[in-house]
Amino acid sequence: MTLLRLEAVTRSVELPDGERLDILKGVDLAVEVGDHVSIIGRSGSGKSTLLNLLGLLDTPTSGQILFDDEPLETLSGGRRDRKRGRDIGFIFQQFNLLGGRTALENVMTPLMYASGRQFWRRNSLAIEMLERVGLGHRMQSTPEKLSGGEQQRVAIARALVRGPRLILADEPTGALDIETGASVMALLDEVAEQSGAALITITHDANVAALARRHYRLDRGVLAPVDVNRALAISLPEASL
Amino acid sequence: MIEPEPGTVIERRPRREKSQAPVRARKPRERRDRGGFASAVVGAVLEAWDELRVHRTRVLLSLIGVGVAVCSLTSVVGIGSIAQQSQIEQLERGSGRPATLVLSPPYNPVSGEQGDLAAFRAAVATAADRYSIGYWGSVSYGQTTVQFANGTDLVNAQTVDVDYGTMHRVQLGQGRWFTDLDEQRLAPAIIVSDAFYQRIGAPDLRTHPTATLVGERSVTAVMIGVLPSSPYDQSLQMYILNSAYAGIATPGALAQSVPQYEFWVPPALAAQLTDLVRRDISAALGDGWQVDVNRQDYLSWEGGGDPLGPIRSVLAGISVLILLLGALGLVNISLVTVRQRIREIGIRRSFGATAPRVFFAVMMESVVATVVAGAVGVLIAVFIVQNPFVRNLVASGLSDVPPFPVEAAIIGLASAALVGALAGLLPALVAVRVKVIDAIRY
Repeated sequence: MTLLRLEAVTRSVELPDGERLDILKGVDLAVEVGDHVSIIGRSGSGKSTLLNLLGLLDTPTSGQILFDDEPLETLSGGRRDRKRGRDIGFIFQQFNLLGGRTALENVMTPLMYASGRQFWRRNSLAIEMLERVGLGHRMQSTPEKLSGGEQQRVAIARALVRGPRLILADEPTGALDIETGASVMALLDEVAEQSGAALITITHDANVAALARRHYRLDRGVLAPVDVNRALAISLPEASL
Repeated sequence: MIEPEPGTVIERRPRREKSQAPVRARKPRERRDRGGFASAVVGAVLEAWDELRVHRTRVLLSLIGVGVAVCSLTSVVGIGSIAQQSQIEQLERGSGRPATLVLSPPYNPVSGEQGDLAAFRAAVATAADRYSIGYWGSVSYGQTTVQFANGTDLVNAQTVDVDYGTMHRVQLGQGRWFTDLDEQRLAPAIIVSDAFYQRIGAPDLRTHPTATLVGERSVTAVMIGVLPSSPYDQSLQMYILNSAYAGIATPGALAQSVPQYEFWVPPALAAQLTDLVRRDISAALGDGWQVDVNRQDYLSWEGGGDPLGPIRSVLAGISVLILLLGALGLVNISLVTVRQRIREIGIRRSFGATAPRVFFAVMMESVVATVVAGAVGVLIAVFIVQNPFVRNLVASGLSDVPPFPVEAAIIGLASAALVGALAGLLPALVAVRVKVIDAIRY
């Protein structure tokens, strides 16, 4: 079952001098329920723009994005926001935990935008999720008192606490050392798999990309499948991708 | 909990087939929760409160200006209320409390001749009885000679009835006002000005000091009260009851002392009673005699409108200015703060915070903060306004000390909420225009 589909999506912006810059050129992508897709690309290749579109934070210049076979252009801004909160979980490179709040409060944050049972039971749901990522003993710690790996686990718990159907991980190990990054990715992969959510990892790290089931490369706005296993096998650096 | 895999190279683990995964194909519509409005409102308030809690130091610093502004505003309104009461009482001492009707002696408009005062008094008493006037009496002015230690001196005497004290809020520095029992005294009771009192040697009133009123036959009067001292009034004055004055004054002095009567009536009935009393008394005195009945209290003065209006306007102007300064400070700090919080707002948007929700949360944060600051400001203002030192400074000797004006507290809190909403408006507009991904990478 297709969860998210991009059909000939383009995104361009007008530069101050009036010239048009095409950031994404005819991107086609289909993400199934429970899928794991990696998108690799260099800086400036359009990864952020694609992330905006996948996360319902932006609209394409042309083409169509369908979520649950529903075209997103038919949704109002508010409905798109609510859909994003309900169905999409974000994991960022810099963790982006809210400073001054405990791990528990950070994980509760998305539930503040939920309604009904999820809202009123936000405390117990957040505790449950933190225990699931192995941070039951650090619930009252603020981000400043957590290691990088622990912070990213809190971020994972926060992304998953509303039970999203799509997880967008933007350079999830970019701010971690290799060992910690490996454990965090393993955790993310496992938790996503357990919850049945589709996972899209945007990265420039071929090792991280290799964990996915399907791999794509974004180069100058063009998205194309790539054989990441081959690249890893011959130990090519990411620049070769 | 899944244990992290050892090693520095990420190993690709065998993956389950799609069909093995516990795939959730629930559609959003199926997962839609109920009670969204209540949770949205509660969530926004909790979010605002959480922001205040986390950023309490910054909030405290930014709200000092608002707290001071609200405290000033409330204090000004509160002190203004006391000052207003003080001025009202001053006005009422002179002109009587609203509504005071003055009945001038009858006269013949053709010949100018003055009517029979005894008949006039009887007609006034009948009218007072008919219309159930609770407080009324006559007032006249005369002079009497008083024996002091260093010789005699003329003293201005105001002859009144017992009710005059209530009707004119007469305030005494010491002693007491007349009672009905004073009407029966053989030695008339007098209430004297401070200058009179000092001149006679400032005796202790508990010793029932006397003064000799010199006339064709001298009379010993007992001082029962002293008016407050005033640096602006050093004249020799005294109050004496009409009944006592009639007993001691010479016929000539009595003839010169023309009484006028005062009725204290409900303001709503003043106009109607003015006509009725005039009609009744004129009818009682017979054809040819005219009686003037007019309202004389400060609320009836023509031309000036509300005599307290200018004071109110000045106080209101000062208050608004203070509040504006506080609001400007808050807007300034709020704008800077929102710019610092752009990343956080972006994160919240990525978790599903809608633009109205972000707008509302930023607004609420400002409103909640300013209302709390306003409440503190109001409490401090209550302490300031209720402080006896401040009260004496603003208006000493109030007979009806007003309680802390509720309207001042309400104005203070409402202004705080308004300032919070206005100060939160600009930052809230900035917040909803945040581009999420740019903000997250800020």
